[in-house]
Amino acid sequence: MSTHASADTPFVIGNREFGSRLIVGTGKYPDNEIMVRAIRASGSDMVTVAVRRIDLDRTREEGILYHLDPGEFFLLANTAGCYTAEDAIRYARLARAAGFNEWLKLEVIGDEATLLPDTQATLDAARVLVAEGFKVMAYTNEDLITALRLEDAGCVAVMPLASPIGSGLGLLNPYYVRAIKERCEVPIIVDAGVGTASDACLTMEQGVDGVLMNTAIAAARDPVRMAAAMREAVVAGRLAYLAGRMPTREVAVPSSPPLPE
Amino acid sequence: MDGKVTIRLNGKAREVAADITVSGLLDELGLVPGMVVVERNREILARERYPTVRLSEGDQLELVHFVGGG
Repeated sequence: MSTHASADTPFVIGNREFGSRLIVGTGKYPDNEIMVRAIRASGSDMVTVAVRRIDLDRTREEGILYHLDPGEFFLLANTAGCYTAEDAIRYARLARAAGFNEWLKLEVIGDEATLLPDTQATLDAARVLVAEGFKVMAYTNEDLITALRLEDAGCVAVMPLASPIGSGLGLLNPYYVRAIKERCEVPIIVDAGVGTASDACLTMEQGVDGVLMNTAIAAARDPVRMAAAMREAVVAGRLAYLAGRMPTREVAVPSSPPLPE
Repeated sequence: MDGKVTIRLNGKAREVAADITVSGLLDELGLVPGMVVVERNREILARERYPTVRLSEGDQLELVHFVGGG
């Protein structure tokens, strides 16, 4: 048993240590002020951003960096919206050229209706990007074989989904996620599908290293409060995993001593 | 030189001064160079080259930046 109730190993991805096991997105917030307050409330130190063509027709579109200090948060660029390995590689290079870091959330989508990943294209892109020096955190489905191949390709983290992006359906396949965690050496971060705090907690209880979410916070009625809830849920789930849950039983067992006869 | 050239900027045709640099164009658009990544004819242009690279007829320019995303 640990000497300190909350003692844990550091959360390290690709030789970099992060303070929080919760990674949050920056999309779909009602406004930028709420976004920044929510991210701070989440306690996250890594946030995802997307790369997009500047809309020159708008009077003055401001990029997210006018609101988010890259000194305060570690920026993880994504390749969201890419449907081919070629597009993902192109957007990865554009993201790196922004000059912050060589980290990437690699995402290659295979189907518009479900936004499920194209795992073959993800693998193809991962191999190219790892060779180019990117630190690739790969979004994938909860398939063990793909996870092992992504690890083998040199990804610094494998990120299986809990359920489809933006669905809020929670962790649909805890067994598959546990299998991935048990077999991979690299950090496993569950990315996408968490809907509320209990989903985040249950996900962390599987023993995974972290959780990445966006819509669950951004689309909550009160994003700042939900961000605070997620922070607690991720810590609680992690501690419960480390503590080791009691066995489940099909019969009741009294907690108090029996009364004298 | 007060000639004009037509480039393709973020997918749309745009007339610019014939000898305009990338820096000049960003200035004209009110964009901060440090916040923008420029792709010229599908090749990423290093920021230190913005002041010296001049645009030519038919150049394809993509200006991208970071936006919110998950």
